[in-house]
Amino acid sequence: MDWQGQKLVEQLMQILLVSFAVVAFITGYVLGSFQIMLLVYAGGVVFTALVTIPNWPVYNRHPLSWLDPSEAEKHPKPQITNPSTKKRAAKK
Amino acid sequence: MHSFGYRANALLTLAITILAFMCGIASLSDNFNSPAPTAQVQVLNINWFQKKPDGDDEISLTLNISADLQSLFTWNTKQVFVFLAAEYETPKNALNQISLWDGIIPSKEHAKFLIHTTNKYRFVDQGSNLRGKDFNLTLHWHVMPKTGKMSANKLVMTGYRLPETYR
Repeated sequence: MDWQGQKLVEQLMQILLVSFAVVAFITGYVLGSFQIMLLVYAGGVVFTALVTIPNWPVYNRHPLSWLDPSEAEKHPKPQITNPSTKKRAAKK
Repeated sequence: MHSFGYRANALLTLAITILAFMCGIASLSDNFNSPAPTAQVQVLNINWFQKKPDGDDEISLTLNISADLQSLFTWNTKQVFVFLAAEYETPKNALNQISLWDGIIPSKEHAKFLIHTTNKYRFVDQGSNLRGKDFNLTLHWHVMPKTGKMSANKLVMTGYRLPETYR
């Protein structure tokens, strides 16, 4: 899962859970049944889990483009040269 | 949110937090219900009335209890416990309270009832004060919600009088 996918999945999880909670509460209150509220909400949690927990391809549409290894070789990292090794090289 | 486990954990934590909020609001929604239960109790017969060998008065009554407790039930009510108590004052005790009958009402459908019964628990006084005693019959109820705080209330019915003589 890439960075954008993680952001999307977190927002989806929050929005889905809160909306299922609202729907479940209203359904339960209108029908006068606590059990229906719990069942609707449990269904919502399972649905949200299926949507957000597996690593669906939708969440991998913005892969990070790493630098190619050959490109890295052309621009080598600047070498860390500490003073002691420098001195030794100078003596030789 | 980068791995399966973290996402599962985040989902469950949020889901249960929201569930707790829903239960809280469900409990608050009970405040919109203003119950108005009604009850009538008739003493149909004094079966017997005597002084026990140890000196305490005991009486046996036949009661006709009719009550409509449907308005106590909301969507958040699990059950209602109800009991009928005889209450009277004696020189020794400011309040004597004797449970004569009780019951558990599991649903709104059972909350309107008419019961013809003798007293389920013994009506024994602490002493010998029952002859010609004025007493109240009080219907107490305890509401047990699915979530939230239990509540209790009562309905006092006055104007009952025990006979002057043993029989």
